[in-house]
Amino acid sequence: MRREKRTACLPYRVPLTKACRGYWLPTHGNGDQWTDMEEKTVDILKYTAVELAEKIKAKEVTVKEAVEAVFARIEAKEESLHCYVTLDKEGAFQRAEEVQKKIDAGELTGRLAGVPVAIKDNMCTEGMLTTCSSKILGNFLPTFSAEAVRNLEKAGAVILGKTNMDEFAMGSTTETSAYGVTRNPWNTEHVPGGSSGGSAAAVAGEECYFALGSDTGGSIRQPAGYCGVVGMKPTYGTVSRYGLIAYGSSLDQIGPLCKDVTDCAAILEAISTHDPKDSTSISREDTDFTKALVEDVRGMRIGIPRDYFGEGLDSEVREAVLAAAETLKEKGAVVEEFDLSLVEYAIPTYYTIAAAEASSNLERFDGIKYGYRTESFEGLHNMYKKTRSEGFGPEVKRRIMLGSFVLSSGYYDAYYLKALKVKALIKKAFDDAFAKYNVILGPVAPTTAPRLGESLSDPMKMYLGDIYTISINLAGLPGICLPCGKDSRGLPIGLQLIGDCFQEKKLIQTAYTYECARGKFGVPDAENRGKAVQKTEESEGR
Amino acid sequence: MAKQYETVIGLEVHVELATKTKIFCGCSTAFGAEPNAHTCPVCTGMPGSLPVLNKQVVEYAMAVGIAANCEITRVCKFDRKNYFYPDNPQNYQISQLYLPICRNGYVEIETADGKKRVGIHEIHMEEDAGKLIHDEWEDCTLVDYNRSGVPLIEIVSEPDMRSAEEVIAYLEKLRLIIQYLGASDCKLQEGSMRADVNLSVREVGAEKFGTRTEMKNLNSFRAIARAIEGEKERQIELLESGQAVVQETRRWDDAKEESYAMRSKEDAQDYRYFPDPDLVPVHISEEWIERVKKAQPEFRDEKMARYKQEFDLPDYDIDILTGTKHMADLFEQTVALCGQPKKVSNWLMVETMRLLKEQEMEPEDIRFSPENLAKLIGLVESRAINGTVAKEVFEKIFDEDIDPEQYVEENGLKTVNDEGALRKTVEDIIASNPQSVEDYRNGKEKAIGFLVGQTMKAMKGKADPGMVNKLLKELL
Amino acid sequence: MANIISDETIEYVGILAKLELSGEEKEQAKKDMGSMLDYIDKLSELDTDGVEPMSHVFPVENVFREDIVTNGDEREAVLKNAPGEKDGMFAVPRTFD
Repeated sequence: MRREKRTACLPYRVPLTKACRGYWLPTHGNGDQWTDMEEKTVDILKYTAVELAEKIKAKEVTVKEAVEAVFARIEAKEESLHCYVTLDKEGAFQRAEEVQKKIDAGELTGRLAGVPVAIKDNMCTEGMLTTCSSKILGNFLPTFSAEAVRNLEKAGAVILGKTNMDEFAMGSTTETSAYGVTRNPWNTEHVPGGSSGGSAAAVAGEECYFALGSDTGGSIRQPAGYCGVVGMKPTYGTVSRYGLIAYGSSLDQIGPLCKDVTDCAAILEAISTHDPKDSTSISREDTDFTKALVEDVRGMRIGIPRDYFGEGLDSEVREAVLAAAETLKEKGAVVEEFDLSLVEYAIPTYYTIAAAEASSNLERFDGIKYGYRTESFEGLHNMYKKTRSEGFGPEVKRRIMLGSFVLSSGYYDAYYLKALKVKALIKKAFDDAFAKYNVILGPVAPTTAPRLGESLSDPMKMYLGDIYTISINLAGLPGICLPCGKDSRGLPIGLQLIGDCFQEKKLIQTAYTYECARGKFGVPDAENRGKAVQKTEESEGR
Repeated sequence: MAKQYETVIGLEVHVELATKTKIFCGCSTAFGAEPNAHTCPVCTGMPGSLPVLNKQVVEYAMAVGIAANCEITRVCKFDRKNYFYPDNPQNYQISQLYLPICRNGYVEIETADGKKRVGIHEIHMEEDAGKLIHDEWEDCTLVDYNRSGVPLIEIVSEPDMRSAEEVIAYLEKLRLIIQYLGASDCKLQEGSMRADVNLSVREVGAEKFGTRTEMKNLNSFRAIARAIEGEKERQIELLESGQAVVQETRRWDDAKEESYAMRSKEDAQDYRYFPDPDLVPVHISEEWIERVKKAQPEFRDEKMARYKQEFDLPDYDIDILTGTKHMADLFEQTVALCGQPKKVSNWLMVETMRLLKEQEMEPEDIRFSPENLAKLIGLVESRAINGTVAKEVFEKIFDEDIDPEQYVEENGLKTVNDEGALRKTVEDIIASNPQSVEDYRNGKEKAIGFLVGQTMKAMKGKADPGMVNKLLKELL
Repeated sequence: MANIISDETIEYVGILAKLELSGEEKEQAKKDMGSMLDYIDKLSELDTDGVEPMSHVFPVENVFREDIVTNGDEREAVLKNAPGEKDGMFAVPRTFD
């Protein structure tokens, strides 16, 4: 019964490949073990990624135990949250064994060795389904892994599976997925944000220790804010895009979603490498981000753009964000308000550029080399049209149409070229701001997580929700989001810190200092967690 | 009186560059592999793959641009040309529209009215498409991406040509420049050089250009010449009958000697070019240009002048010897080894050309080494072999590039210069041909020729004919 | 200034993008594209004369590969996901008339 119900969550017509085999098979046939393990499981899940790796290194926890704990949690929560599109239980346990051996042999000593991780489903994972939450890639098995994924594997992380997302990362709620919506662990009536909603919800719901997301216009930071976790978009070019299925190539960047700033620094350190396979990858020497985990903001100049606190900003969000600024001020930072300018132009600029690039990037999905091909067709062009019309969802089609239009003959100069010029002005506005400030502070989104279904009805409104995040992508800057409070409904509020290019360390230092002052943010259902595990075990009928 | 028309022609020439790898990935460009054996995620448009530019492509493009008197664009960029077709795995081709690597050049051609400049509008770098094969059995098309991503340069001329002869002269000139640079072998038949012809007609004296068409699928100089004639006539006929020429792309069918429009409702011809965000700009410094300039080879015109002066060869020979870079290299390398320019030229002009013609080969296809030709010349010079044997040995060199010294040794082809052995044979021949001896003695000079021939035959051609002659006269 | 998207435009963009929209989808697309373009038209308020269009945010240039063969025969991997395959090639609807 249970298994059948689960199958419905699997991607469209997915063959039962190795990658998803064993999806819902219990690890152990013997239920008694769960009871014995219950206490330990709860403890294990509490750890951050870096803490877990330390416990593993100290032989207090094995990699297998960590993976078991996570899968127990997944079995308990996944039905209500639906964070994952694909799970690879068999692969994860196999990998856990290999990693454990290497740790025991002293070959793996890093800060993430043995830590279970979830990967957003737009990053290629060799032999594991990679769908971009789209029907058109419903059966796609990559033949290579994304560079960021490979870097995590080198660091000894254990991949659990692929997280749900807005189709091709186009959306802000994870509701445009072809494989069902993901729900916010803090309140399942609300969205987790997007497009990396599955990754954010998996971290908040403790269905993984950390996750990778991608951020084209706020897709890491906004869901991190909605789900009360830490999310960071690094400077463009810091993490290789090789193996990331492109949406807006000049804006896309991979980054971590995790439990705290320490994890964030450790993960970023592991995935930031210069990759000769990505021409836009930048060779940096300052990727020792964990060195920036310093509790000190004395003299740090923090600017608060007045433009980020205008009309449309929820008052509870405003208060929480300004309170966080006050906390940093108390810690010695110099905080002042300023006018950033051009903020209202960022959204039209972004949607022009992103849609144009997307329309071209998504041309390769044509039913010839991989992915979905329509059943019946008359001739080549009809095959193209039917395959793409059936394979893409409405939001993706909307953006492809817009992007094709703004690039078409007669409109290129008026729309696309104009947007590239405004992009230059926006970059200049940030350059001016960073001449005065080390860090820009503001909200990550105008509100906390909206209710399910609320945003999709009005795409324009959904696009407007990206106002605080997208200009950072246009300017290639790093941004971090961390929780700074909850609204009256108990939904997390996200604080966004923006740095000048290559100044991730300043962001990490500021975020870390704030986090120390704030204290533990907590998890959605801490008090019910033990029961949940127990319930799963009972429901298995053992 | 009938109107007089002038044909206005511009060319778009695609040249496959002679790099070892593709333009954006490390796949081999070698011919003859199994379908899709030279492919990878990049050149098959796999999701998540990214292009990285092959530096040698930029070097070759610059070298051609410099040789064609172009301005080199200091910061050039790549753009995406978007169109759906199965040979184009990403459904966009990476090319250059806004900032091509070379602009504003020219080459000089010889015409009936003397020298003429053909302007080069631009040269840009781009990737080739895959190959489509029609499968009759299943009535479908099969796609092989081995050629997908092979680097091309597209050389776009100004509409400066007025006849098929000028077009051929221009193509020959480009081919020589590019071959001399080693940037491509420029074989039309194999598709490493392809020309699309843009043609319009206008009344003589008219200032405005007529509406042009673009002709594709031209695989030989002959096809180009015929297509130009055909298209010129088609357009004139249209105009004469009061119809308009439609701006369109046409495909030449050389077998039928006619062209047809490549039109489709699905073919909007709106390529939505925009800068490729996956590739960064190429910044070409003054030093880089200087370096490429310094590495430019001696081109044909300079070479011809030098051959005349240095080797004192006839113009006709020089023309053939410098007609391809390969031939010129072979000539110079062999001369360097043996120091006999006239002899080397002779072997290349006579025997080599004969064999090429017999075997229907192009000079580029010559595979023998200068070392072996030099050795052969040495053998003849030292009279170790005679002319007849030398020709035989040369055929072996031409076909298999054998070492002539070793070959002569192993097959016992050395000329017999031992007078004793030869004298014995000559005596036998005199003894067994009394009639000829008689004739000779009676003043029939010609009879000695027969006796020489018989002696050579008996010696299996290995005797020195001069010595045979001398001995015969002596003994008779 | 409202952008009115005509049926012809939607049809034309559909050909470019290889998307076939149903009647209902077309109406929706006309509306959506119109309102997006109205919004994008806001950019015309800004004076961008003399501003260099910025396609790359950072001045990274001259990223090259050396001309060395690094890839072997990856045929099997390349064809692994193909919806249609024959004789080591991708099979597609006929392209020739």
